[in-house]
Amino acid sequence: MLRALLSDDLPRSRWLAVALVALLVGLALAPFLFPGAKSLNVAAKICVFIVLAASFDLLLGYTGIVSFAHTMFFGIGAYGVAIALTRMGPGWDAVAVGVAGGLALAIALAVLIGLFSLRLRTIFFAMITLAVASAFLILASQLSDITGGEDGLNYRLPMALRPSFRPFEGVTGRVLDYYLVYFVSLALVLILLRIVNSPFGSVLMAIRENPFRAEAIGYRTVVYRTLASCIAAATAALAGALLALWSSQTNPDTTLSFDIMVDILLMVVIGGMGTMYGAAIGAVLLVFAQNYLQDLLAIANQALAGVPVLGNLFHPDRWLLWLGVAFILCVYFFPTGIVGRLRKR
Amino acid sequence: MKRDWIPLLLIPVLAVAALPLVGAPSSWVTLTVAGLAMGLMIFVMASGLTLTFGLMDVLNFGHGAFIAVGAFVAASVMLALGSWMQADSLWLNLAAFLPAILAAMAVSGALGLVFERVIVQPVYGQHLKQILVTTGGLIVAEQLLKVVWGPEQITLTRPTALRGAILIGDIAIEKYRLLAVVIGLAVFAALALTLNRTRIGLLIRAGVENGEMVEALGYRIRRLFVGVFVVGSALAGLGGAMWGLYQETVTAAIGAQVIVLVFIVIIIGGLGSVGGCFVGALLVGLTANYIGFLAPKVALGSNILLMALVLLWRPQGLYPVAKR
Repeated sequence: MLRALLSDDLPRSRWLAVALVALLVGLALAPFLFPGAKSLNVAAKICVFIVLAASFDLLLGYTGIVSFAHTMFFGIGAYGVAIALTRMGPGWDAVAVGVAGGLALAIALAVLIGLFSLRLRTIFFAMITLAVASAFLILASQLSDITGGEDGLNYRLPMALRPSFRPFEGVTGRVLDYYLVYFVSLALVLILLRIVNSPFGSVLMAIRENPFRAEAIGYRTVVYRTLASCIAAATAALAGALLALWSSQTNPDTTLSFDIMVDILLMVVIGGMGTMYGAAIGAVLLVFAQNYLQDLLAIANQALAGVPVLGNLFHPDRWLLWLGVAFILCVYFFPTGIVGRLRKR
Repeated sequence: MKRDWIPLLLIPVLAVAALPLVGAPSSWVTLTVAGLAMGLMIFVMASGLTLTFGLMDVLNFGHGAFIAVGAFVAASVMLALGSWMQADSLWLNLAAFLPAILAAMAVSGALGLVFERVIVQPVYGQHLKQILVTTGGLIVAEQLLKVVWGPEQITLTRPTALRGAILIGDIAIEKYRLLAVVIGLAVFAALALTLNRTRIGLLIRAGVENGEMVEALGYRIRRLFVGVFVVGSALAGLGGAMWGLYQETVTAAIGAQVIVLVFIVIIIGGLGSVGGCFVGALLVGLTANYIGFLAPKVALGSNILLMALVLLWRPQGLYPVAKR
């Protein structure tokens, strides 16, 4: 049963298994274990980012292509739901239309970019996705009639997801909303796990290892790469839709910006490329780092208050510096990240 | 060798085609000069990147860091020499401007040397790791910039002699843009002369064409590459300094903003080709300015469209480099 659910891709490390079970249970019980709006928000963000990082891992870790447009698809999903809810009013039909529209646009764009650039070398794909994503970011801020510009959109969620909705004693719509995010995220991760452990996933890994040989055996690498990038785009769009359904506001900073792209990159590489579980570990680590590394740095900063430049190195806002260094070290010394290290023991 | 003139012709064709759309000839001249200035600044920044790619198959996603460092160093020097900058004398202004750009080039070049040693060297030949590591380098460099110069943006004022515009009839041309055109053309001429008329240039061109053969003949292509990388970084610093003064503000994100245009330019030009990079940069600069005037909302999209059109016509870029 468990094997079937995990598509025969078990953690293969005791500590990893412990960490994953703790994560699964901790997130499942989050509304009761960690009450309070802020911690529930962190838990929901972790769920969404696990899906987002896992879908990016499908590209980076399994297929060996680097896309800088992953946040674009994330944003398309979020804006799809946000625009539909703003225009059509808070109902489930609007959510359905938004999700469907976001998915369609994301997949269409992924096919278009893929056909343009995946025939060439991976380096082209990386550059072209960067260019397209930055154009899209500007477009989203410019078309303020549709997207609300820099401020983004604020909208009302369907009745059942609002904090004021109380079906039972002690359970609010917010908790229902959290479980919607949680279970959809879980399902999406399991589906991704299924995909990478299928024959299709094996072809992707073959392409990653040696595209020429994969082509020579008879697999059309362009088709497989484009399909992988479509699946990743669709999943990212769904993650975006979940975020929009959770936070009831969508703006360029939280969905499209390059800061988020950098976050995803760090999550996947530090967690472990090509492992799927690595995305989960990395996402948790990064969200925690964002919230708690700053506190640690603040302590170091105070200890070094007198020293001019050194003090600035430990400024709380410079947490990304340290994660960036960790990222580079990971690529050099632990290409399979934390999960790879744990499995090797 | 037969020269391929068609891509070069695109520039005048584009300029002439824009004339009836823009309407008034005076604003057309202003826009064209602005486009050329912007294009040449991008060319200065992009030339090193495309050469290092051609030579060693290394694409440095951290190139934006050198642009940003150049901008910051130049800004610091110019702010330190503030009284000369504000003086009402062209010579004093230049006496502040020249050390600023030289310092920018020196610091960016030195940083390039370190970057090559620490970040790029261990990942030769592995594209995926190259992209990841150099992106990581960009993240760290951007944060270090904030450590050294603080997170706030720096506001610059152009030197007195370079402010305002020259009026010829009813045509207004900003002085700073003319300077940018002059510097950009000088860099292009220097690069073209070095590549086509010197022994080093011969080796670089041969290395781009077929690196193994150059090595087999007894030349150390590694060393050549380090030299090109450092010069490319210094040029990025120069471009960053010029861009910072053009925008009149400098932020740590400047590298990440410009690098998108730089990538579009080197893709259009054909990875590894300096001539293609030149044509691509001018096309991008002109398109951005014409479209920015005609339909400001789609200005950035126009570059993507331009890139898509060029790639439909020549999938490897305007001047494909033979071996790839």
